[in-house]
Amino acid sequence: MLTEFGRVLIFIIIGLVFVAAGLITAWLIRPSRPYPSKLSTYECGESPVGEPRVRFNIRFYVIALIFIIFDVEVVFLFPWATVYKNLGWFAFVEMLVFLGILFVGYAYVWRKGDLDWDKPAPNIPRYDRGVGVRDNQLVEEEVAL
Amino acid sequence: MGLLDQKFENGNVIITTTDNLLNWARLSSMWGMQFGLACCAIEMMATGASHYDLDRFGIFFRGTPRQSDVMIVAGTVTLKMATRIKTLYDQMAEPRYVVSMGSCSNCGGPYWEHGYHVLKGVDRIIPVDVYVPGCPPRPEALMEGLMKLQEKIRNESLAKKKSA
Repeated sequence: MLTEFGRVLIFIIIGLVFVAAGLITAWLIRPSRPYPSKLSTYECGESPVGEPRVRFNIRFYVIALIFIIFDVEVVFLFPWATVYKNLGWFAFVEMLVFLGILFVGYAYVWRKGDLDWDKPAPNIPRYDRGVGVRDNQLVEEEVAL
Repeated sequence: MGLLDQKFENGNVIITTTDNLLNWARLSSMWGMQFGLACCAIEMMATGASHYDLDRFGIFFRGTPRQSDVMIVAGTVTLKMATRIKTLYDQMAEPRYVVSMGSCSNCGGPYWEHGYHVLKGVDRIIPVDVYVPGCPPRPEALMEGLMKLQEKIRNESLAKKKSA
């Protein structure tokens, strides 16, 4: 007798056999003539340069979190708008409460400064005076930047 | 490694039957490489779109050479693009086929004599299976070329080629 999970096991076995059969068939019939240019990474015909992994600024994390919240808000708004006529004032007040809570979060994020994107302000040295030659003498003079 | 590819001397019943099956599968789903070079690409897009409908031949365009079988070189092959086309052709998985579409990729076309920047025929860098003449060819002509390619695939064999 098969238990409920016995059927799941059969599905897993069928899945494994299906994948294995496909891979083995392909291995049998495919031509295999590898060479370096064929194995190179596809970059739209360009030669691949550098590492595929790049680092993102950690500030995108907060932006992504805020986006998810307001994304979900919009997802809720669509079915709400669809059934709005049937539900009437109740739905209106419910959605006002929901939007109000999210708005408080939005105000908090704004107040906390998470939406500000500080640009780095590096201290770049400027040379507005330099040494030049005038009348065969070394003199200190203004440098046009 | 391919266990079947070019491992047999001549065609017996099993090989020819397998040939028929494989060739039928290959010619029924010739996925194209999605790129265009010049005005021929507009005709190629028209051929792929609903009016001429390449989908009924099992042909539709893929965005990567790893999943493509057919490269349709549609347009003027400039010298700058030639190295890219060579790389893209190299990156396609075998068996792979090339359709040269239009006068420019066949032989340089109007740039034959004074085109300092144009490759005089894409067959100088990659092997071409079917040439489609025209400037640019109409969608019907491209479809004719692709059907010629299907005929060519239909007659392929796993057996080794006999040396003359």
